[in-house]
Amino acid sequence: MIVTRRLTKRFAAVLAVDAVDLDVRAGDRYGLLGPNGSGKTTLARMLLGLVYATSGEIEVLGKPVPGKINQVLPQVGALVEEPAAYPHLSGRANLRLFDAAGPGGSRRTRRQRIDDALAQVGLEGIDRRPVKAYSLGMRQRLGLAAALVRRPRLLVLDEPGNGLDPRGIRDFRQLLADLNAAGTTIFLSSHLLSEVELLCTRVGVLDRGRLVLQQDLAELQAPTGRIIVQTPDAARAVALLDGRVEARDGARLVVRHDDPAALNARLVADGVRVSEMTVHRRTLEEVVLDVTSAGSDQVGGTRQ
Amino acid sequence: MITVELFKLVRRPRTWISIALLCALPVGVAIFIAVTHLAPPPGQGAAFLSAVVQDGSLYPAAALALVLPVFLPVAVALVAGDSIAGEATAGTLRYLLVRPVGRTRLLLAKLVAVAAFVLLAVVAVTLTSYITGVALFGSAPPAALGRPGSLQAGIPTGGVQAGTSATSLSGASLTLTQLVERVAGAVALITVSMLGVAAIALFLSTVTDSVLGAAFGALAALVGSEVLVTLNAAAAIQPYLPTRYWLSWIDFFRQPIFWREIQRGFGIQAMYVAVFLAAAWANFSTKDVTT
Repeated sequence: MIVTRRLTKRFAAVLAVDAVDLDVRAGDRYGLLGPNGSGKTTLARMLLGLVYATSGEIEVLGKPVPGKINQVLPQVGALVEEPAAYPHLSGRANLRLFDAAGPGGSRRTRRQRIDDALAQVGLEGIDRRPVKAYSLGMRQRLGLAAALVRRPRLLVLDEPGNGLDPRGIRDFRQLLADLNAAGTTIFLSSHLLSEVELLCTRVGVLDRGRLVLQQDLAELQAPTGRIIVQTPDAARAVALLDGRVEARDGARLVVRHDDPAALNARLVADGVRVSEMTVHRRTLEEVVLDVTSAGSDQVGGTRQ
Repeated sequence: MITVELFKLVRRPRTWISIALLCALPVGVAIFIAVTHLAPPPGQGAAFLSAVVQDGSLYPAAALALVLPVFLPVAVALVAGDSIAGEATAGTLRYLLVRPVGRTRLLLAKLVAVAAFVLLAVVAVTLTSYITGVALFGSAPPAALGRPGSLQAGIPTGGVQAGTSATSLSGASLTLTQLVERVAGAVALITVSMLGVAAIALFLSTVTDSVLGAAFGALAALVGSEVLVTLNAAAAIQPYLPTRYWLSWIDFFRQPIFWREIQRGFGIQAMYVAVFLAAAWANFSTKDVTT
């Protein structure tokens, strides 16, 4: 769906994107994470032909970008940073205008497609109010509707959750999951770890323009080979498990072990009461903080 | 995309407000003159103003002379300066481009929309001032040869100034058909001159994301050109200045028409349009859109 090879973008002295090899497969829900200023937006803009690469190659939907951009973009829906619309026109008029502006949207199906897109984002009841009277959340929904009007195969969303309230964010996540289930590939960039963790199946992490990690979320969150045990009989458990306890914090033990069922059976057989047992997995936050440095909006002296 | 741009132009309140203001100035001037009968003496004040008291049908020419130096260029520079920079500031530029709208096509559509605005504005000023002129000053001097029938449209132009309905700057009278032809010629030259302004503003609009920057940049170029036009020391470059032949449309109202400067006017504006459009295209089609 999206493949980049050694993709690099330099703005004057700043290397915004540095030799990125992105690989988004068909059907993915790909989350691109990274601190502010790590190059997420620049990367998304390059995929859409808005910003031209300094070097490297981009392939979207199997075609080179920006070479065959006019064949690619009609099948791509995009939301880049904030949504934008003509403020003195109504939401519907805006969608009509954007759809009519480029090739790929049949005039015959336009009304139906606009109605469908508005219904998908929960704006089916909008009236003729101009967009300037919309709330931030409504604008965000309208922006997403504009991305959906063409019924795209690929959605490129840059920071899409901004401006939505918690319910809006949940609706939005559900909508993206439904679209993905119906076959739409989703590429989403965000600095909201929790959103990506809840929605995505695959993550990439950008740090200072470099793609420092790209992996399936399930692999990243695979069991670490440790089990966390809560027990009132902590001292006996430590004695019983011998050298396998890595850490003890009161009633909480971190045990190096692969099989929680076997561990539980062994503890209980020896009369150690177990009040709680969890397979340890790394959170996405731990993974990301591990591989990234401080964001570029943090200005301080570098300590070595 | 051209249809979309024209739709946006038509649906934008600013378009109609600026055209209304452009039309209001000559109407206001006409009312003052009609009430006071204090037209500037011949050879002073704005062109044609002294003549219109005699003949209201010449008022479109006077009206164009009133709006041409400042108001028309300001309106055109704003509309053209807004074309790309305005979309960039509003954030709609990136959404148009990912539609996808090709960059060349977008630039072309913007140019067509600006040209439509220019033509609309010039024609609106011409029509409203004609109506105002005829209503306030009458359409022919009472003391003239006085042939009421000569005002009907469709008089054959074959005869040498057979019907007198307007007076040219050279004193000879013009038939209605001749007048219409000459006003049309003036409208054409002014439109092309404004397209020159529009091309400069459009180019600047692709360079900066600030609408005011682009509009004022274009106006600064015009003011600079006006300064140099009156400067003897700059005589060497004067034939190439954008405003050098701006007033040559007045030559349409001479008898016979004085073609030399009119042709140069068209030529120089065509050159400016070509050069700045090429620059705008070269800049915009390779530009990183980061807004």
